[in-house]
Amino acid sequence: MAQIAMAAGFILILVGFYGALTNRNILRMIVAFTVADTGVNIVMVAVGYMRGRTAPILDETVPVADALSRIIDPVPQALVLTAIVIGMGITALMLAFAYRFYEKKRTLDITKCTELKW
Amino acid sequence: MIRKFAAILLLAGIASIFMGLLFTYEPDAELNTTARYYAERTAADIGATNIVTAIVVTYRGLDTLGEVTVLFLTAAIVGLVLAHGRRRTSDKRRLAPVGELLATGSRFLAPLIILLGVYVFANGHLTPGGGFQGGAIIASGVLLILLADPCRCLSHRVIDTVESVSGLFYVGIAILGIVLAGGFLDSHLLPRGELGALFSAGAIPLIYALIGLKVGAEFSSILAHLSETEEL
Repeated sequence: MAQIAMAAGFILILVGFYGALTNRNILRMIVAFTVADTGVNIVMVAVGYMRGRTAPILDETVPVADALSRIIDPVPQALVLTAIVIGMGITALMLAFAYRFYEKKRTLDITKCTELKW
Repeated sequence: MIRKFAAILLLAGIASIFMGLLFTYEPDAELNTTARYYAERTAADIGATNIVTAIVVTYRGLDTLGEVTVLFLTAAIVGLVLAHGRRRTSDKRRLAPVGELLATGSRFLAPLIILLGVYVFANGHLTPGGGFQGGAIIASGVLLILLADPCRCLSHRVIDTVESVSGLFYVGIAILGIVLAGGFLDSHLLPRGELGALFSAGAIPLIYALIGLKVGAEFSSILAHLSETEEL
């Protein structure tokens, strides 16, 4: 199960990278980056998954005494929580810069951005 | 064509690394030392039933403060970058009407969505959820309001006040932790309470509520800035 989730995450990362490398439209590149971002998150959650265990929340079904043998690793989940929020912030920043780029160049084609080309 | 080929070659390289990781991966049978510590000590030390929340707010609280700072910076930079394209209030965009369903539905749903967001961050220490999720839900309510009326100008003053006041209180509670409890961001400021009760886990519900308000305000300000930019 963890392997399936991890493979799905890796595939999403590759799909995202492929989209970011081959597309010339900035908005498509941003979407591709968010896909890759989602893939990274899925891989990280999959690393914390352990067979036959449940979410790290203590309640009637997971009493405190059994917690050690019943819950999955909570640390990757806390890290992914951070990663999702930061990813959202990065997406917002990329969109704002794409807007400014369009305002200046009147196009979203990245090949028209030649100032730093050599 | 050659460019696409280079991209595929690069991806094949990355894919081979991933394959190596995937096929040699063996899931742990036991919790590792860090996770074991959190699993054993959270209920007794922190008093939160959601261990992820205990990690995010208390054990790794400084990280979360940094994360909230990054979000604040993002919101500030988005505002700065888009400031030039700000729409004048006089020349309103002429848009097609949004339709009866969206207009009425948003009036009915937006308060409920914001209420759900408040519920999610108030119960962050007991159930799956917390400040970041609750804040995102609140911002989705704001997004619905903006979708129903794209010309509506959200009050930046209200958003900024909520954002700065909650941020200030968050840092204030963190510093109070040095004075009254074990250290910066220590949640033992307030009594631990009974495990599983709404008012338990020390200062965690308070801190997560402040984070929820702050994150909701930051996301809302990003949305408001994006929606207020002039159409090109």
